[in-house]
Amino acid sequence: MNGRPSVLEVNGLTTQFSNRQNRAVTVVDGVDFTVKKGETLGIVGESGCGKSVTSLSIMRLLGKNGAVSGSVRFEGQETLHLSEAEMRKLRGNRMAMIFQEPMTSLNPVLTIGRQIGEVLHLHTSLGPEARKQRVIELLTLVGIPRAKDIYAEYPHRLSGGMRQRVMIAMAMACQPQLLIADEPTTALDVTIQAQMLGLIREMRDNTGMSVMLITHDLGVVAEMCDRVLVMYAGQVIESADVRTLLRAPKHPYTMGLIRSVPHRAKGVKRLYAIPGNVPSPGEWPQGCRFAPRCSEAMPICQQQSPNLLKMADGSECRCWLHAPDAGTEGSERT
Amino acid sequence: MSQPILEVKGLKKHFASKKGWFQPPSYVQAVNGIDLTVYEGETLSIVGESGCGKSTTGRCLLRLLEPTAGEVRYRGQDLTKLSGKEMRAMRSELQIVFQDPFATLNPKLTIRRILEEPLIAQKVPKEKRTQIIEETIQIVGLTLAHLDRYPHQFSGGQRQRIGIARAIMLRPQLIVADEPVSALDVSIQSQILNLLQDLQEQFGMTYIFISHDLGVVEHISDRVAVMYLGEIVELGRKEELFQSPLHPYTRALISAIPVTDPDEKKERIILQGDLPSPANPPSGCRFHPRCHACMDICKTEVPKETFIAGQMVRCHLYDEKKER
Repeated sequence: MNGRPSVLEVNGLTTQFSNRQNRAVTVVDGVDFTVKKGETLGIVGESGCGKSVTSLSIMRLLGKNGAVSGSVRFEGQETLHLSEAEMRKLRGNRMAMIFQEPMTSLNPVLTIGRQIGEVLHLHTSLGPEARKQRVIELLTLVGIPRAKDIYAEYPHRLSGGMRQRVMIAMAMACQPQLLIADEPTTALDVTIQAQMLGLIREMRDNTGMSVMLITHDLGVVAEMCDRVLVMYAGQVIESADVRTLLRAPKHPYTMGLIRSVPHRAKGVKRLYAIPGNVPSPGEWPQGCRFAPRCSEAMPICQQQSPNLLKMADGSECRCWLHAPDAGTEGSERT
Repeated sequence: MSQPILEVKGLKKHFASKKGWFQPPSYVQAVNGIDLTVYEGETLSIVGESGCGKSTTGRCLLRLLEPTAGEVRYRGQDLTKLSGKEMRAMRSELQIVFQDPFATLNPKLTIRRILEEPLIAQKVPKEKRTQIIEETIQIVGLTLAHLDRYPHQFSGGQRQRIGIARAIMLRPQLIVADEPVSALDVSIQSQILNLLQDLQEQFGMTYIFISHDLGVVEHISDRVAVMYLGEIVELGRKEELFQSPLHPYTRALISAIPVTDPDEKKERIILQGDLPSPANPPSGCRFHPRCHACMDICKTEVPKETFIAGQMVRCHLYDEKKER
């Protein structure tokens, strides 16, 4: 995986929103990562950790009150400074996105064919007839039966799984280099989820595109991803390849998340639970943001925010437990 | 095994859907003939995909929806025959916890007021109310200071604790928990599951746990009923059901759970197509259009209940005289 060129390089991505009192609230705080060609990167975290805002910032889909800074290089090009018109040429073309709730992301008053055709109209020089052909081809590709009939249907006539297939067809229309999938299966049943994950995997393997998969489900991560970032309170707190992360997690938060998955806790009477609540943006504690919920917290954790440290096995972890000099500073730990 | 607390026979719920003014209505068979026995102190889970009728079943059991047919016997007494007044008195023993804790808490009332409501409805004298409220809020892991706040001041997990507190105010015997952890984050989900288990131990309650999440169900249940299009297709003890599922649908469901171990390769059965509409269910076995083991008989004949080592399954694969 290391030898491959990177498709997306994100450095110091910070996103702030201004709230009603006109105070800036940081939601994503200095996130760095790269997505290599053909790889699937998972971003895991609980609600409010900034994983969706990260993807929206990269796509520049935030409203006017979302201020994005840092650097986002897509295929070597800095995209944060592109004009809206230039950005529009990339979106849906070289980089595409699918969202959690397919019903709210499809226009209810346009036919399926018209909506997918719009992407081709914007980004290709195909004529109307050729466009229709291509749309039907795409619908067949994502496994929609009776593609010709569905072409003329409206979104409300389709089931949740079918709608998500339409979203995937739309995203795949221009064979993007990068697909950002934001909780693509959260609203779906397990059997439909299995279908969708299979479809995304198939699309990735056939086209060699990269996938950025945002999810809260560690099972989905295990199944789909090559590498994983774990986010907590706007920061990346751990990053590793999927096997290392699930087998040998380093950050107490990641460990807690994995231990609280019920399916894994076979025969255990009580589940492991991380105490407390996920802090909302603007209410992040000082020092390490996980410290108030952490069972391993040391005095230093409350005072100083740890850096994202490189580990011996190539993973990264933001925790004082793994800092080489923390043993002396946090001497109270036994 | 202990005494049955709830016995359900032939429970049906059909919703009429009007086509036009002069056309006869068509019926959506949301729940289509369910037999179920729930034993005292156990946790029985009902699993299934959205639209399979599991929530409708839960509501019919408590008569939050009027069942179309069938009987629901609670400690021998048929709930469907009770008058409104009698049913209201019965509600102190039967309670429900809903999925979305925000939608079920009145935003204009303080937590104290929300928790007081069931006590007022059951005419608990005023002096006792405060005592019960203050006791219960601490049982669910919140503090007295929380009582005078409003629902919006709480996080999702805390709101679900309030929803649970409200359900246990009258110390019920039976709780229907309808997707109580589905709206919560993983780290909070386990807190609530542990709380539910603690309460069960403390008060000896019986749970009917409705969920689509098989991982959660596997953890919390004693017995599991799998529903598909308004019918129970398999029912058995948790261990057997997860170890050796009989119905092809149960097998597919279990194999579709994503496992958090990247090296655990398992055989995956991916179901084709979507759940058919309950307004127009397939003939014969309702699962046959999506079933990989479908035989000719499945298309025409409705499978009967078959018992294999105490596990109930409705599938022609387990018929005595199998026609191939």
